[in-house]
Amino acid sequence: MARVETFYDVIRRQGISRRSFLKFCSLTAASLGLAPAFGPRIAHAMETKPRIPVLWLHGLECTCCSESFIRSAHPLVKDVVLSMISLDYDDTIMAAAGHQAEAILDEIRHEYKGRYIAAVEGNPPLNEDGMYCIVGGRPFVEQLREVCSDAMAVISWGSCASWGCVQAAHPNPTRATPVHEVITDKPIIKVPGCPPIAEVMTGVVSYILTFDKIPELDRQGRPKMFYSQRIHDKCYRRPHFDAGQFVEQWDDEQAQKGHCLYKMGCKGPTTYNACSTTRWNGGVSFPIQSGHGCIGCSEDGFWDNGSFYDRLTNVKQFGIEANADQIGGTVAGVIGTGIAAHAAVSAVKRARMKSGETQAPPHPNAPSHD
Amino acid sequence: MTAHANQSPLGKPADDDEIADLATARNHLQVRQTAIYVYEWPVRLWHWINAAAIVVLAATGYLIASPLPSLPGEASQHFLMGYIRFAHFTAGFVMAIGMVGRIYWAFVGNVHARQMFILPFWSGKFWREVLVEAQWYAFLRDYPKKYIGHNPLAQLAMVTIYSGGSLFMIVTGFALYSEGAGQGTWFDTLFGWVIPLAGNSQNLHTIHHIGMWVIICFVIIHVYAAVREDIMSRQSMISTMVSGWRMFKDDGK
Repeated sequence: MARVETFYDVIRRQGISRRSFLKFCSLTAASLGLAPAFGPRIAHAMETKPRIPVLWLHGLECTCCSESFIRSAHPLVKDVVLSMISLDYDDTIMAAAGHQAEAILDEIRHEYKGRYIAAVEGNPPLNEDGMYCIVGGRPFVEQLREVCSDAMAVISWGSCASWGCVQAAHPNPTRATPVHEVITDKPIIKVPGCPPIAEVMTGVVSYILTFDKIPELDRQGRPKMFYSQRIHDKCYRRPHFDAGQFVEQWDDEQAQKGHCLYKMGCKGPTTYNACSTTRWNGGVSFPIQSGHGCIGCSEDGFWDNGSFYDRLTNVKQFGIEANADQIGGTVAGVIGTGIAAHAAVSAVKRARMKSGETQAPPHPNAPSHD
Repeated sequence: MTAHANQSPLGKPADDDEIADLATARNHLQVRQTAIYVYEWPVRLWHWINAAAIVVLAATGYLIASPLPSLPGEASQHFLMGYIRFAHFTAGFVMAIGMVGRIYWAFVGNVHARQMFILPFWSGKFWREVLVEAQWYAFLRDYPKKYIGHNPLAQLAMVTIYSGGSLFMIVTGFALYSEGAGQGTWFDTLFGWVIPLAGNSQNLHTIHHIGMWVIICFVIIHVYAAVREDIMSRQSMISTMVSGWRMFKDDGK
């Protein structure tokens, strides 16, 4: 290889002006929550650092992550990021196909050993030796293990790679398994969401490129900068929640006024994501703004949490589906009835004892021997 | 000296404190004084504050999960959910701080103050007396045994459902509180690990909610049993938790 191409080289080659490039850098700094001084630093990094190859693998998935990613409406992100990260392998959108495409994986693995990023969209099914997902004639799980073994870090795109998502929902016939349970020896950045927000995806990549390290992660391995707060914490309808103003049913007056969707089962209070701040489609809107509650798509196991329109998880035991209120209310009711019956029997028994009053109680503190 | 002399009122091998207590009890009995000081003032104070906190917690907790009908007008005119949640969090803090104080008192208070936290799991005698007490409740016995503190069945329920349940609610409650308080706060540092343990935040909300029903069921049974025992058993119950003195009714006989 000759001189290693920097991001900036590629960007200019793509016909993007320096002015647009600098704009991108400052906007990226802003979206990452960094000080304005970091704009030039990002620009500097992009001008001097070699492009990091990214191998974008596709397992069991619906490609919604890619769909989101390529729609990144942030100015120029589509062009810049797709070029700057040197997306060397992405079987969904790459021009090469067949053996030619698969050969790239080996090439990058050897030439950039320990210096490339494995971005995984979807997850490997493990049942039947992984035969439920075949890529290039082999089970996907084999490709995943190979590619990840020499990567510097792994990005788990979306809820599939991060948690398992719909294909891992109960009863999970293919044993679809999130990436972190298969790859255990590499740093893994989870970017959950179904799909994740485009700007969150590009933001995570930009951070890694700029600072040469993975972003700070929370307990569950998600970048803190995007996943440290719930939708609810930054929701523009939050004042209605605090005031006690709720949509009671679809299309009622409160729905028209844009009151809180809590009673309609909005999962905002239990979902960690950046939707209410970053929003979607270039900041146009997000589910709650469109009048529907959050479905909690970036949360672990959200498919198994019951209806999108209930706030309590269904409890599935012994074939009974019920939520906590139904279970609790029933048990409390049974106990109440039992107590009423018990009290009645106690009263009758006491009345009899009183009328009899011949039996003397046993000696105090003596063990009963009747 | 009768058979009861070497028998602990707590239904487990007697230690020094208990022997002292028992001696007091026996002295009382000998002079036909039929009252024993059981619950010291911090225990009683804690009991009633805690009872109030639980009522507030259950009521506001239910209303947080299933809010009241929507209010009209502008959002700036109301703060209903805010007040309800504030009451819930405040009562939660009262309960948690109370629990810490109560655990402290278990160490420094009298033997009865410890009973709520100790389960003589390996004592066969304890389990036999649990059975005896259960038979009394099932109307299979005409007279229950006498206990200065909790009877073994009550102790079993106290340790597992009340103390265990409260601790569960406090831990899960603070974990939920940490979500709003934010990452990096001490709530998050101390209790945030509970969220991934539950799978996700929604599951944690659900089990916290089920916990509320467990406590409600406990309270129903607790109040009923206290009233019933007060009437039907051979010792005082409700007044004991007010004055601290346990009266034995049929000692005069």
